[in-house]
Amino acid sequence: MRRFDLEHWGKFLLLAIALVALPFLIDAALGRAWVRIIDIALLFVMLALGLNIVVGFAGLLDLGYIAFFAVGAYSYALLASPHFGVHWPFLALLPIGAMFAAVFGVLLGAPTLKLRGDYLAIVTLGFGEIIRIFMNNLNRPVNITNGPQGITLIDPLQVAGFSLSKTYMLGGLTLAPVHLYYFVFLACALLTIFISLRLENSRIGRAWVAIREDELAASAMGINTRNVKLLAFAMGATFGGVAGGLFASFQGFISPESFALLDSIMVLAMVVLGGIGNVGGVVLGAILLTALPEALRYLGPMQEQWLGRVVVDPSGLRMLMFGLALVLIMLFRPAGLWPSKTRQRELAGLTVQPAASGKHDG
Amino acid sequence: MLLEVRGLKVAYGGINAVKGIDLEVRAGELVALIGANGAGKTTTLKALAGLVAPAGGSVRYDGADVTGTPSFELVRHGLALVPEGRGVFPRLTVAENLAMGAYIRDDKAQIAADCEHAYATFPRLAERRAQLAGTLSGGEQQMLAIARALMCRPRLLLLDEPSMGLAPIVVQKIFETIRTVAREGVTLLLIEQNARLALQTCDRGYVMESGLITLSGEAKALLNNPDVRRAYLGE
Repeated sequence: MRRFDLEHWGKFLLLAIALVALPFLIDAALGRAWVRIIDIALLFVMLALGLNIVVGFAGLLDLGYIAFFAVGAYSYALLASPHFGVHWPFLALLPIGAMFAAVFGVLLGAPTLKLRGDYLAIVTLGFGEIIRIFMNNLNRPVNITNGPQGITLIDPLQVAGFSLSKTYMLGGLTLAPVHLYYFVFLACALLTIFISLRLENSRIGRAWVAIREDELAASAMGINTRNVKLLAFAMGATFGGVAGGLFASFQGFISPESFALLDSIMVLAMVVLGGIGNVGGVVLGAILLTALPEALRYLGPMQEQWLGRVVVDPSGLRMLMFGLALVLIMLFRPAGLWPSKTRQRELAGLTVQPAASGKHDG
Repeated sequence: MLLEVRGLKVAYGGINAVKGIDLEVRAGELVALIGANGAGKTTTLKALAGLVAPAGGSVRYDGADVTGTPSFELVRHGLALVPEGRGVFPRLTVAENLAMGAYIRDDKAQIAADCEHAYATFPRLAERRAQLAGTLSGGEQQMLAIARALMCRPRLLLLDEPSMGLAPIVVQKIFETIRTVAREGVTLLLIEQNARLALQTCDRGYVMESGLITLSGEAKALLNNPDVRRAYLGE
């Protein structure tokens, strides 16, 4: 067991205070729009960690991951909006969305069990598109998803009469919906991080590593590769489904447009850029890749201020800078900004210090 | 009888790789299955280890019918395979590879003891315990693959071409290792292209040719068999 001494608790307390104060500080310094961006970033932390289970831990390249986000979002939206006139409580919908996504995870996983690498990537890419196109077209003959118009007026989160869509006053503090959602998303993201860390060091985590390294050898070790792979798909999808439900309630509106291939690639970029397989790195990647493109919006006003006019359209520049950042990071930090132990070892000359118990020096 | 194979057939698509073979391994024996490239040796071993489903025939292991039982279950019953081309986990350390070998076990103290035993048997692995398996030499990787398979405490160990791609002096060492493992009470069935060394090491042998077993018997007798000498020993 790890020792929790005073210093440790002190750090923990400081971090907790910082996380609680963060939305209010950002609100004061940068404005409410940025609190909203932080909220979205937390959702992407959950998504990226879910994909990290599939891609980082189990080594299964999934290019259609956003589909599970979509499944979670639509299952929430359909059961908590005027579209069907159904308004189920949030606490019931969260597990339903998670379960739905897990079922879809297995549905996708089952036919792809024998595929790997490029082939798996192509099939998952197709799956992601199928889900989006279904959402787009399931408005005829029976209107289920309302097609490209999407679903509006989705219920906000509401627990025991306490709605997150209202503004509350707490002493001198204004608690706007973005602040309230921040705390819900933070709790969910922290739970996701905790589960990811526990999974990584568990028996099932070791089985995923074995499959990632060599599937045949893994089954020779007594690992039921079929079940373990399906479990990776299901767990990854569950994270995505929960994030999707939260997203739907937060936005109040969803349409198939939010679940395109580019979004799948974006989440994958977060995982790879941050440090594939490393929970901390993936969290960092998700936050950076959500916040950076937003920060680049300021390039427009900045040009006006310094050059007197907008020379380069910031929206065009954003994608350019974004692409450049990706290329540079992959060139100079190929294992990601905060690489996993395995990747670090692999890239750092391949030998590591002998283990503590090593009497023989290599 | 630890392993009893009757009329085993394996087919890939329309091609019959193994066309009905009988094979037996008694507890404590060291048995070799020799034959040329493409004779169906690896396919036979894969079918025995539960990695491919047989098209016909039966496999009995330890008195129970295990025909078509998947490999991950066979491992739990003590039937382990060292795959062709060694199949170590290249980006994990030697120690992590060994730990993975004990995946089906949860007796931590015993696993640690077995790990130390493996290091005692293979001192080279002890020296390199913190090194990534992918950076080991071919011979060391083969030793690691054998040591890792032993971590699940098998009763019957299937070895797929332990000498493949190794220098002659390293091959000698590997076969010494195999004899050590056999002396410790593990029953072994190995397939080899290096017929001479395999027959010199083992108790009994089978000769396989295009999907069928053409000869079988005591290893010494096979070594002196003129057909074997001509076809496999280059005389």
